[in-house]
Amino acid sequence: MTSTSECQSDVSDEPREMLAAKNIVKRFQSANVLDGVSLTVKKGETVCIIGPSGSGKTTFLRCLNHLVKPDAGIVVLDRTLIGYRQHRNHLVELSERDIARQRRDIGMVFQQFNLFGHMSVMDNVIDAPVRVLKRNREEMLDEASKLLADVGLAERAKAVPSQLSGGQQQRVAIARALAMRPKVMLFDEPTSALDPELVGGVLNVIKAVTASGMTSVIVTHEIGFARSAADRIVFMDNGQVVEEGDARQLLESPRHNRTKEFLRAVL
Amino acid sequence: MTPEEISEAAQLPTRPRPSIGRWIFVVVVVGGAADSLYSLVVNKAVQWRLVGHYLFNPSILQGVVVTIELTVLSMILALLVAVIVALARLSKSRAIRTIAFIYVWIFRSIPLLVLLVLWYNIALFYPRFGLGIPFGPTFVSVPSARLVTALGSAVAALALNEAAYASEILRASILAVPKGQSEAGIALGMPPKTLFRRIVLPQALKIAIPPLGNDTINMVKSTALVAFIAVPDLLYASQVIYESNYEIVPLLLVATAWYLAIVSCLSVLQIFTERHMDRSTRRSTNAQIPYRSRMRILE
Repeated sequence: MTSTSECQSDVSDEPREMLAAKNIVKRFQSANVLDGVSLTVKKGETVCIIGPSGSGKTTFLRCLNHLVKPDAGIVVLDRTLIGYRQHRNHLVELSERDIARQRRDIGMVFQQFNLFGHMSVMDNVIDAPVRVLKRNREEMLDEASKLLADVGLAERAKAVPSQLSGGQQQRVAIARALAMRPKVMLFDEPTSALDPELVGGVLNVIKAVTASGMTSVIVTHEIGFARSAADRIVFMDNGQVVEEGDARQLLESPRHNRTKEFLRAVL
Repeated sequence: MTPEEISEAAQLPTRPRPSIGRWIFVVVVVGGAADSLYSLVVNKAVQWRLVGHYLFNPSILQGVVVTIELTVLSMILALLVAVIVALARLSKSRAIRTIAFIYVWIFRSIPLLVLLVLWYNIALFYPRFGLGIPFGPTFVSVPSARLVTALGSAVAALALNEAAYASEILRASILAVPKGQSEAGIALGMPPKTLFRRIVLPQALKIAIPPLGNDTINMVKSTALVAFIAVPDLLYASQVIYESNYEIVPLLLVATAWYLAIVSCLSVLQIFTERHMDRSTRRSTNAQIPYRSRMRILE
């Protein structure tokens, strides 16, 4: 972990903070998709991000692991600056290799699952730990079997992704992300591409992950799920955080009109 | 229809629509083909006895070996160059992209035959080959004639030409791998090289195999051009024989029969390769999930 510890900086000084984004700005063709978004997530906390389509939720989530490079603003994971190295009074961009090393601590689950189509379920789960973290293959096979059992797919280890339902694929994708033993998990609309009857199973798995103490940020349209799983809810609109607060409080007594309108439309 | 007629019709079996047009087409085509084949079989000028006689002639067999050698060597070399050119075409650097584009542009523009003859005669305009700094001093050099054999220049020309086409196939195949696949790899912390080797390339190759198989088959026949620079391939071997006995048609048919045999083997190989690769990823669902954005309350 040499280069990661070198990247430590004193940008964040509150020890309980696991993930912090400060003033993230992202423009696509001069339109501001993100207009100064900040978020702090404590260790073990679950934060759900809700908001209308095009509000910048997904882009913001992708900035957190530098899948999208923000035009301004910084992300700090466990006191480590992501994507940059502080050099005197400016930030120097890290190489792709070094950013890749940092991303190993950030698990991500995609809307479209994105399982590797040319690999079996088991290989999907163990490939990155074995190739990237250089974990022992046999040991990893054991661990992956347990993970697959946790998501209810112990018997499908040899299947290829195209033989699985969407819900099963998404559960494998969660196991794949967890196999890296990340410090944080990011979920990008994990149930939006699923048939209605498959949503529940996936949400149960995500709930088990958050309940186990995994720090999680979840972009979701499932308001009911957000109510029961989230410690905190962030409502975004037009590339900005409109309102954030305790899950129950935000859903039941929102302060801003825009939040009220949105909740009235979806509930 | 009356209710009775409807319930009666509901009991009736269905039959596919008769297609008289298709039948006429089949009869005309099969009839035409059979007639041409028959006229060839009974044609005196063909002299089938001679075709049979020369089919396994040692110098013809030697030519078959050279043709296969040329195809395999050129194709391997072409693929190696093509991967590099394809990656260069997809580079972030504009300069590298431009260099790769110029390569493709030049080698797709020069007729293969011209390229072959130019390579073969390269000693005319570059009498010595050397290793050194561009526009600077040369460290070692050897006469070109010693480096460039007929076979070597044939392989070089075939490979450089094919690499230009294959690089375009690979580039398109790499682009055809869904973006989510590399995003998933990136999110798992894979460094760029691992990502390409483990995730993108295997899936791109699967897409590339049918057109690359096509190019390989094309290559078998393109090798016939090397007869122009006296490489003793299949066509050249037949030419040598008919130039002494003037039995042009039978010997060209001998060569054709062998090309047909080689290409048939390659076609079968291609079918098996495709089937093998298809087994692991039948119907890639990742691309087929309908996009749906829903908002629902989960109780």
